[in-house]
Amino acid sequence: MSAPIVWIAVPLVLAVILLWLPDERWITFLGTVISLSLAGLAYWLPPDSAQRLFGLSLRIDSNFAFSGRNISLTAADQVILIIVYGIGAFWFFGTLATGSAKRIIPPGLAIIALLVASLAVQPFLYAALLIEIAVLLSIPMLAEAGQKTGRGLLRFLIYQSFAMPFILFAGFLLSGIEAGPADIALISQAAILLGLGFAFLLSTFPLFTWVPMLASETLPYAVGFIMIIFPTFSLVFGLNFIDRYSWLRDSADLANILRLIGILTLVSAGIWAAFQRQLGRIFAYTAVAETSLSLLAMSLPDRQAGLQIAFYLLVPRALAYGVWTVSITILKRQAPDLKFTSLQGLARKFPLASAGLVLSNLALSGIPLLASFPVRQALWEKLAAQSPSTALWFGLATLGLWAASLRTLAILTMAPEHTLWEVNENWSQRLLIGTGLVGLLFLGLYPQWAQPFLANLPLMFTHLGK
Amino acid sequence: MPDFVLWIAAVTLALTTISLLISRSWRWSIGLLALQYFATFWLLFAHWPLNMSASVLVTGWMAAAALGMTRVNIKEDPDADTSWPQGGLFRIFAAALVLMAISAATGSLSAWLPNIQLPMAWGSLILIGLGLLQLGMTLQPLRVILGLLTILMGFEVLYTVIENSILVAGFLSVITMGLALAGCYLLVLGEQST
Repeated sequence: MSAPIVWIAVPLVLAVILLWLPDERWITFLGTVISLSLAGLAYWLPPDSAQRLFGLSLRIDSNFAFSGRNISLTAADQVILIIVYGIGAFWFFGTLATGSAKRIIPPGLAIIALLVASLAVQPFLYAALLIEIAVLLSIPMLAEAGQKTGRGLLRFLIYQSFAMPFILFAGFLLSGIEAGPADIALISQAAILLGLGFAFLLSTFPLFTWVPMLASETLPYAVGFIMIIFPTFSLVFGLNFIDRYSWLRDSADLANILRLIGILTLVSAGIWAAFQRQLGRIFAYTAVAETSLSLLAMSLPDRQAGLQIAFYLLVPRALAYGVWTVSITILKRQAPDLKFTSLQGLARKFPLASAGLVLSNLALSGIPLLASFPVRQALWEKLAAQSPSTALWFGLATLGLWAASLRTLAILTMAPEHTLWEVNENWSQRLLIGTGLVGLLFLGLYPQWAQPFLANLPLMFTHLGK
Repeated sequence: MPDFVLWIAAVTLALTTISLLISRSWRWSIGLLALQYFATFWLLFAHWPLNMSASVLVTGWMAAAALGMTRVNIKEDPDADTSWPQGGLFRIFAAALVLMAISAATGSLSAWLPNIQLPMAWGSLILIGLGLLQLGMTLQPLRVILGLLTILMGFEVLYTVIENSILVAGFLSVITMGLALAGCYLLVLGEQST
């Protein structure tokens, strides 16, 4: 058995089977178990290592040949496999509280498998094609049945599709200059194409307009999944580019460009978040700000520290997105829309969902004691050492995100006097949000917990990881 | 491949893409898309073997057929395009501007891709340029998908010059079919909302 079959082909086949199951609960349980098993298998039996079970020696080979190309998942990919399938299991289990299992789990599992394939395919440039196929698979997840196709969904499709040609052409131009920059004109053309490709893929400033549109017109839980999975893999794909080309790796301009784009995206998202009056849009701008934090981390001159920060952001981000979107989905059922005017005072009826919403928003704003704080603090410190003005803008954007969360808190608690407190969430919703909140607090108090696990993640890059 | 065949294909692409931009009838649009794939096949055939070029043609026609079969079952009149601007004259004028810009840029493309023939460069840039114009003028799912397929076709023509991998051809076919199926899905959802 080879690793690409286990972590790519098997989940693809199982995703198709799940699509045909009639019962939503079965889809939830099976989807969670499959995803959790794949994450567990990656932990217990990573590619190219052996384990003994009942006297039998088990081993998963790393390579698989397909259509004359090599598809390879090595031991260095172990941590990313655990993280993405772990995120998948967490998200799929959440459908117990939000519903829509059939809409989220089968395409979600297939999307994860395709994005894992994008890590494994050789040459790595073909990842752009696999990411595009994953984008197409996310359409059934994002399209709302019984509603006209929204502008956000169409823009998502268009913008994400634009990334592929730019990246493939940049890859072609870069293939002539792998070792060193021989032709400056060619380098600049390749860099422009590459920059445009990743700007579309990562939805940086000013190409993130589809995110708030999509978040306000479709199921928030599905948007949360898309916003955690796609940027994570796009980031890894981008890091593969930097790892591969030495002139790109050693370029001082790259750090400056990443810092500029990162801070522009962060500030615009932070400020706009502060002025939104719709919960979906606040989530969208916070998600855009999160992607920009990863770009800022990648811009740090200390590459090792930058990579550690970029990867350490993943776990609290996934947890906070999950709790946030579960909470929004619960509140959305009680109101005609997600506008502030429709949600006034709902904290008295749905205290756990409201707490989940506000605390995950605060966590992603970098509030002390919550999950993202230690990593954001480290990033802020390093940015301040590098460029005080960037650190100042970082602070301004963080203020915007705080303002958004405090406005949300104010609206949700603004109930008429003498309104009684009730708990209307069901048991699965209480369990999920409660566990998520404990997780957010635990990761904030004990950030070192994830360190041994995530420390090996940069090893998936040959040069950057050393 | 004789140059005049490539030129005929490129001119056919220009005519079909402009017609696609102007056309208000979905039947004509689907037919023009199928014709675009036929012309693209001849351009691809200049660099790719027959079986690989034919796979693009067959996938394109399947995509057109899937879109057509879905659209034929939809009663709503999507020709009532609410996006601005609607005028045919404006579209022709915009297409002419794009054509002029493309004709000026075609020569410099050969600096990037030395093996590319002039009609291929011209045809592919027309597909990309007019496809972008199409995307900029509509909010209808069918027209957005037609625009994306047109751009993808232009990209495929350019990419054949530098890549002849079967895997890439396969992936591009999957993406073409995936785009068409996504379009069908969105059309059906739009129908359910009425």
